[in-house]
Amino acid sequence: MSYLEYNTKFVPTGLRKLWYLNWPIIMLLIAVSAFGFLMLYSVAGGSPTPWMEPQMKRFAMGLVLMIFVAMVPIWFWRNMAFLAFGGSIVLLLAVEFFGEVNMGAQRWINLGFMRLQPSELTKITLVMFLAAYYDWLPNKKVSHPFWVILPVLFILAPVAMVLSQPDLGTALLLLMGGATVMFMAGVHWAYFATVIGGGVGAIVAVFQSRGTPWQLLKDYQYRRIDTFLDPSNDPLGAGYHITQAKIALGSGGWTGRGFMQGTQSRLNFLPEKHTDFIFTTLAEEFGFVGAFTLLVLYLLIVTFCVFTAITNRDRFASLLTLGIAMTFFLFFAVNMAMVTGLAPVVGVPLPLVSYGGSAMLVLLVAFGLVQSAHVHKPR
Amino acid sequence: MKRTPKDNVESARIIGRRALVVGTVQLGIVGALGMRLRAMQVEQADEFRLLAEENRINIRLLPPARGMVFDRNGIPIADNEQNYRVVMVREDAGDIGEVLAKLTELVEIDPDNLARAMEEMQRRSPFVPVTIADRLSWEDVARINLNTPTLPGISAEVGLSRVYPWGADLAHVVGYVGPVSDYDLSRIDDDDPLLQIPKFQIGKTGAENKLEHTLRGSAGTRRIEVNAAGRIMRELDRQEGEPGKDIQLTLDSRLQSYVQARLDGESAGAVVIDLENGDLRAVASAPAFDPNLFVRGISTTDWNALNADKYRPLAAKAVQGTYPPGSTFKMVTALAAMEAGVVAADETVYCPGFTDVFNVRFHCWKRGGHGNINLHESLKQSCDCYYYEIAQRVGIDKMAEMARKLGLGIKHDLPLSAVARGLAPDKAWKREVRDEEWRIGDTVNASIGQGYVLASPLQLAVMSARIATGREVTPRLVRLIDGVEQPSGLGQSLGINENTLRRIRASMNDVCNHRRGTAFQSRITAEDNAMAGKTGTSQVRRITAEERAAGVTKNEDLPWERRDHALFVSFAPYDKPRYALSVVVEHGGGGSRAAAPIARDIMLQALYGGPPPLEAYPSNVRDQIAEQQRRIEARVPPGSKGLGRA
Repeated sequence: MSYLEYNTKFVPTGLRKLWYLNWPIIMLLIAVSAFGFLMLYSVAGGSPTPWMEPQMKRFAMGLVLMIFVAMVPIWFWRNMAFLAFGGSIVLLLAVEFFGEVNMGAQRWINLGFMRLQPSELTKITLVMFLAAYYDWLPNKKVSHPFWVILPVLFILAPVAMVLSQPDLGTALLLLMGGATVMFMAGVHWAYFATVIGGGVGAIVAVFQSRGTPWQLLKDYQYRRIDTFLDPSNDPLGAGYHITQAKIALGSGGWTGRGFMQGTQSRLNFLPEKHTDFIFTTLAEEFGFVGAFTLLVLYLLIVTFCVFTAITNRDRFASLLTLGIAMTFFLFFAVNMAMVTGLAPVVGVPLPLVSYGGSAMLVLLVAFGLVQSAHVHKPR
Repeated sequence: MKRTPKDNVESARIIGRRALVVGTVQLGIVGALGMRLRAMQVEQADEFRLLAEENRINIRLLPPARGMVFDRNGIPIADNEQNYRVVMVREDAGDIGEVLAKLTELVEIDPDNLARAMEEMQRRSPFVPVTIADRLSWEDVARINLNTPTLPGISAEVGLSRVYPWGADLAHVVGYVGPVSDYDLSRIDDDDPLLQIPKFQIGKTGAENKLEHTLRGSAGTRRIEVNAAGRIMRELDRQEGEPGKDIQLTLDSRLQSYVQARLDGESAGAVVIDLENGDLRAVASAPAFDPNLFVRGISTTDWNALNADKYRPLAAKAVQGTYPPGSTFKMVTALAAMEAGVVAADETVYCPGFTDVFNVRFHCWKRGGHGNINLHESLKQSCDCYYYEIAQRVGIDKMAEMARKLGLGIKHDLPLSAVARGLAPDKAWKREVRDEEWRIGDTVNASIGQGYVLASPLQLAVMSARIATGREVTPRLVRLIDGVEQPSGLGQSLGINENTLRRIRASMNDVCNHRRGTAFQSRITAEDNAMAGKTGTSQVRRITAEERAAGVTKNEDLPWERRDHALFVSFAPYDKPRYALSVVVEHGGGGSRAAAPIARDIMLQALYGGPPPLEAYPSNVRDQIAEQQRRIEARVPPGSKGLGRA
């Protein structure tokens, strides 16, 4: 869609844009974050410090930032996509060399006023870049091998860098987020079938070869995979955490043990209770009702995004919205699968609820882009 | 790149379709997550709730106070005393070294314990209290409490620990407690959770051991909430346990203490029975040991010393030592023969100093023989040949039956360690155990309490009590449990002809009070308190023909281990028997010389309930007795607190 076309249809301008924001999404974001504030207050033993207060401040900041981003026309962001992606690649490289090491992983760049986690940024800029790429690419060429290999390489580059930090969770999110954008852009399904089939085949081969003379991995690597897949093999390490998380979750029952009454979190049996495992505290204190409510809120956010995306005639806007919705979905789905013991622990926070600055700001900026796409949708 | 409207419509269609596919997959995933949540939080909720409770709730046991043991007069013989210990909490202490240095200035602390405590503190979580020193005096505790402000993390705690105020004097009866060991756990079938408490004190020997279940009480519980690091957050509830029940023994601790004192220097056992109810007034074994040493954890040096002592201080000789009863068994032989009617009271047997049974010669202790001798004289003078004769007439089985009737060869049910059964042999026993036929020579040996016959001082005292009363007196050690009187030990009549018994008693009276009786030197001269008894001297070696030819070696010339055992059984007063007793002095020599004087002193002590007037003694020994009384008065039993010695 061109600038001219925008002018032929109605597009809100100035402060009227505020009226045209996707308010349901904003409300849902506030609701989800409110869950987060409540839980951060609870895990701190009923205290706004050290987690709830900073989190609220960041959320307020993020909300302002989101609306600011939403005010800026979507075509501006499309033009910025390549620059943003390039910038985050540069930052990822920088983190490789100058990053701060924390908890055994090199993820942060200290900017003085805040610590930036470029891998978080990349989740959004990669989606932006891919959306812009497919906006630029004529439909006919979408499934051409060359035009397929190219974005694959753009995806794999940051994935490789993030993996080396090492941050398996983010790498997975980048990979799957990118792949989804490609899928939705219309890349022929045979490519996906091939990759998925190949992947499954490779995994089967690796496991089937175990114990045979042509074994593909070393024994200790198999043992690591075992522990990764089934932490109960390592009851004092990862196994302890996931077991305690499951106990917390399960003991919540229908309605939970009550606000600030969760023994698992209050007595420190839960690991990372303010970050990756915050969902278990929520499930323990508010039970199935609370946990399921949050799940529904998340799903509603995704649904609203999908709805605005498919009604948007702008290819970039719609792909971007879908990509961001997908990334957001992966965030909470992987986290929940992880803490419920359905997936291995890979270190993915619960979006908007887990304590953490970079992730929250980046997510709100991303929703700013979604809002921008929504506001500037030709009507 | 410029897009045509057609292109745009096409693209929107593709995106819409693909988004629908992705959305469906997402919905599926959310559904799966929802199902998972439902499964965990609704279906398995109880299971997980239980796990969560197990995580956070720790049940701590509250050990109950152990029941006390009193003597018959209410004097404590096993007591609980406050035990002060000082504990340290690392996280409160700040500079551990500095605090400990200050502490060692105030109280003396064993460097080994200090090193152990330091090591433990490094190993355990910083909030766990670690015991630095145990069994502090009240003064030490006061000094620590006074200096609390300068000793962060240090606090004094109080617990209960067992103490035996009478020290060695009641050691064999009361026994002692000690920390439960793996060996104890493997041996006893008891699922009391208290036993799982590290260093929980249980009775190891004696009444402490046998009455463990009465004394122990039951555990209280304290449910506490702990966090993941094990720190106690709060107490949820507390259920007090049941303290152990108090026990009153029949023993008279003053008498017991006197007996121990009187036996000092010997390896001996003595038992005093109250004839009114079978109460054991004293059950003494010498030498003894200080049970308090065991409560604190005995040192290797002390332990080795106790084991190396040839007088065997750890053995409760009064109940677990068995000895050939020697001539004290003659009452059994006589009663068996009389009851069987194989000998008349006035019938005489000729004693030439020996008896030949087939081709084996059995000697009387008197080489020249007693000449013609009847039952009365044979007991008084302890003629052996008389018994050789009547035993052959009555037969071993009747003798064994009588022995058992009188309390020998049967196990008396007392709450004491290793109560001996002794042995009243008969034909069946020999066939079964030795796989040999009984021989007439065995009967002859048994008639004077030698050969296979074995009895403990307790059994001999019971025998004496039964002869004195004609009733089946059963020894009783426990008088009250938790204030409830235990059944009396005064049993039914034995069914022995009263005239026969009277004759035997009269003979026993003459043993002590007739000029020619074997225990005349140890008579009691107080009018109403005359003692009747019987001496016994039992060989622990076989006298060979050559030895006999060369003249039997005197006991004094033999090494201690080969000397004869000295025994004495008695009851008093003769007219109206009140107490029966037995004394066995291991390798003491002759019964009349080594055992009878001890028995007399004990009997007088019991009859008078304290030191008797010197008039109760024959005039020739009064000076010596006065000196002895002074000595015993001044004695403090090892390990005791000097209680009850007024």
